[in-house]
Amino acid sequence: MRGIITVIGKDRVGIIAAVSNILMEANINILDITQTTLQDIFTMIMLVDLTSPTLTFDQLSKKLNDKGEEMGLSIRIQREDIFNAMHKI
Amino acid sequence: MINTYEILETIKMISSESLDIRTITMGISLRDCAHSDMDELAKRVYDKITRKAEKLVKTGENIEKEYGIPITNKRISVTPISIIGEGANGDYIQIAKAMDRATETTGVDFIGGYSALIHKGYTDGDRRFVDSIAEALSETKRVCASVNIATTKSGINMDAVAQMGRVIKKAAELSAKESGIACAKLVVFCNAPEDNPFMAGAFHGIGEPECVINVGVSGPGVMHNALKKISPNADFTEVAETIKKTAFKITRVGQLVATEASRRLGVTFGIVDLSLAPTPAIGDSIANILEDMGLEKCGAPGTTAALALLNDAVKKGGTMASSQVGGLSGAFIPVSEDAGMVEAVKAGALSLEKLEAMTCVCSVGLDMIIVPGDTPDYTISAIIADEAAIGMINSKTTAVRIIPAPGKKVGDIVEFGGLLGGGPVMAVNKFSSKAFISRGGRIPAPIHSLRN
Repeated sequence: MRGIITVIGKDRVGIIAAVSNILMEANINILDITQTTLQDIFTMIMLVDLTSPTLTFDQLSKKLNDKGEEMGLSIRIQREDIFNAMHKI
Repeated sequence: MINTYEILETIKMISSESLDIRTITMGISLRDCAHSDMDELAKRVYDKITRKAEKLVKTGENIEKEYGIPITNKRISVTPISIIGEGANGDYIQIAKAMDRATETTGVDFIGGYSALIHKGYTDGDRRFVDSIAEALSETKRVCASVNIATTKSGINMDAVAQMGRVIKKAAELSAKESGIACAKLVVFCNAPEDNPFMAGAFHGIGEPECVINVGVSGPGVMHNALKKISPNADFTEVAETIKKTAFKITRVGQLVATEASRRLGVTFGIVDLSLAPTPAIGDSIANILEDMGLEKCGAPGTTAALALLNDAVKKGGTMASSQVGGLSGAFIPVSEDAGMVEAVKAGALSLEKLEAMTCVCSVGLDMIIVPGDTPDYTISAIIADEAAIGMINSKTTAVRIIPAPGKKVGDIVEFGGLLGGGPVMAVNKFSSKAFISRGGRIPAPIHSLRN
C-alpha cells in the first residue's frame, strides 16, 4: 500500500525535515517527492511506502496533522488509490 | 510518477468544492425475520439489522480517514416492512420502533424500508401498513418510509394515490411542532428502484441478495466549479463534455469506496448510484449548475433543457466509471436541500409547475417541496398523480416528497436543519381536484408497457 502526503501552506524552514522525521520514526520509506510554489502557496507532495509502518494509518495521520497545525500548514495523508481512481483509467 | 496538478485537483474538490460520498447504504434482507408474533418479529428485525450492520459505521469512518474523502451518511435499507409484517398479529409500529433502536445501536444516520409496494392494489396487510405510516414516522427519529403507487407495467393505483394524500396530511399534523418534518421522511414513488441508496426512498428490494453495499456519490459543487472554468461562450458540446468528464472523476471515487467497503465488510457490492445530490451548503447546488449554463435564475425558460443536458451527461460520464450502476442515477432537484433552488423560489423564478416540468428530465421528482399547511389532501394526491403519470409514461422513476407545513402560508420560511435544509412555502394551484381524486380505481398501464 502506498500513500500520498500533501503539504500546503506558507513556505518556511524545516518542512521537509519535520515530515521526514515523522516518517523515519514510523519506518516509512519516501518513494518520490516533488515541491512547487503555485500562486505563492508552497505545495509539497510525497509518495510513500506504507508496507510496514510502525504506526497505524490513523496514528500517522494524526501525527502529521498535529505537526501541520504546529507549523501553520495543512499536512494530510491519503491512500494513493483515490488519486489513481480519479485520474487514471 | 507524481502529477501535482491531478493531486491538487482531487484535494481541492474535497476541501473546497464539497465533494463527498453522500452515502454508503447497506441493504439487508429481512425476509427470514417474518413471524406470527409481532414482538418476536420486532426482536428478530432488531437483532438481524444490528448483527449485519455492526461494523458499517466504523468501516465507513476508516475509509473516510484513509482516503481523505468525507462519507456524509452511513445508512441501512431493509426489505419492505409491509411484506415482512403481513403475517403477524399486532401493530406495525413496533417494527418501526425496532428499526429506530437499531439505528441507535449501529450509529447509522437513517434506515429506509418502512415501505409498501401497492402499485397494482392492496393486500389486507398493505392496508393496515399504510394506515400506520404517519404515526410510525412521527414516533421515530431515523426511520424513512416509501410507498410505490404506480409502475409503467401496471398503471397508477388511484386508491393509493388518494390515501397517500391523507397520510401526508396526517404525518404533517402529527409532527406539526417541527413544521411537518415527518413528511420529509416519506416518499411516494412511481417505478421505485429496488437498490436506491438515497433517503428517504431507500428499501431493499425483494429481488436483492441477502446483504449488499450500495453507494451514492454527490458533487454538485465540483460540477459548478468545473463549469465556471470553461468560457461563458462555450457551446453545449463543450458544456456536456465538461460535465461528462467531471462526472467520471466523481463516480470513480464512488466506485473505489464501494469496492473497498464491500471488501472490508465481506458483503456483496451492489451498485453505485450516479446521482448529483445537492446539500444546503452554498455552492453545492444543482440550481447553480443550471445557472452556470446561462440562465439568470433556475426556473427561467430553458431550465428544463439545461437539466436534461446535465442529467444525461452525468449518466454518460458516470456509467463508464462504475462497474455496476443503479439506483436513481441522475440529478436530484430538491428545493429545501438546495440553496440555489431556495433562492430561485424566493426570487419568484421557480414555481411548482416549472419543477413538475423539470421532473420529466431529472432523476427523481418533486422533492422537499414545502406547501401551505391548509393544502387539501386531494390536492396533494393530485400532485402525486401528475408525477406518477410522468413516471409511468416515460418509464422513469418519479417521486413526491412534499411537506404541507402546518400553520404556514405562501412565502413563510420553514427550517428543518441538517441535510434537509429549509426554504419558502410555495404556492399551489387553488382549483379543486376533489372529484378527480374521489373516482378511485386504477389508471391503466400505457400501451408501450406491452413489450413482450
